[in-house]
Amino acid sequence: MVRVQRDDIDVGAELAAMTSGNHRIGGVATFIGTMRDLSDGQSVAAMTLEHYPGMTEKQLEAIEQEANTRWALEASLIVHRYGRFLPGDRIVFVATAAPHRQAALESCAFLIDWLKTKAPFWKLEETNDGARWVDARDSDDAATARWGQTPK
Amino acid sequence: MKLLYFAWLRQRIGVTEETVTLPGDISTVGSLLTWLQGRSDAHATALADLSVVRVAVNQDYARAADPVSDDDEVALFPPVTGG
Repeated sequence: MVRVQRDDIDVGAELAAMTSGNHRIGGVATFIGTMRDLSDGQSVAAMTLEHYPGMTEKQLEAIEQEANTRWALEASLIVHRYGRFLPGDRIVFVATAAPHRQAALESCAFLIDWLKTKAPFWKLEETNDGARWVDARDSDDAATARWGQTPK
Repeated sequence: MKLLYFAWLRQRIGVTEETVTLPGDISTVGSLLTWLQGRSDAHATALADLSVVRVAVNQDYARAADPVSDDDEVALFPPVTGG
């Protein structure tokens, strides 16, 4: 399941809903992305995440489907927030569940690596020098590339 | 054609979206970008470096040679920085 929302993410409730009643699950992997107060050596007071409604959901659904093709998963979930954030706030939550840990751990890493380079979100940071758009990182492209061919 | 702009491309061009009618010789993403560069000074500035411009046609990533038509929704934006 994929969801894009302004509200905070209730991790416990999301996990309970995702795994409830499915006793084929033997392992659940999760990733939570949170906002840091430091970026490129400069302190960041707040951040706004802009996105492309419609395309965001479409791209997240495509990669979730890709993960389910590559690994035998019992459940998967991507929740990504948009709007204004303060340091410490949750930005994204990815969870995967499988009969065994390897599929859960690998597919969780795959999902977060992929969405960082494909899902249409843009970060605008508020610093002492004013607002600045965050540049894409080559290291994120490299992290995605290690998984091989991904859907366009 | 419906054009959408995001992040600093939106700020530099000065509008969130606009509707355009394509000249007959504009049929690919690449030719569309070149045509848009000549639309205004703001477009020219925003689209000066196409290596940092990503294009989606109908909400899927597209490349320079991909076709476009007046029926499409085309979005222009910088490389993404979510997660």
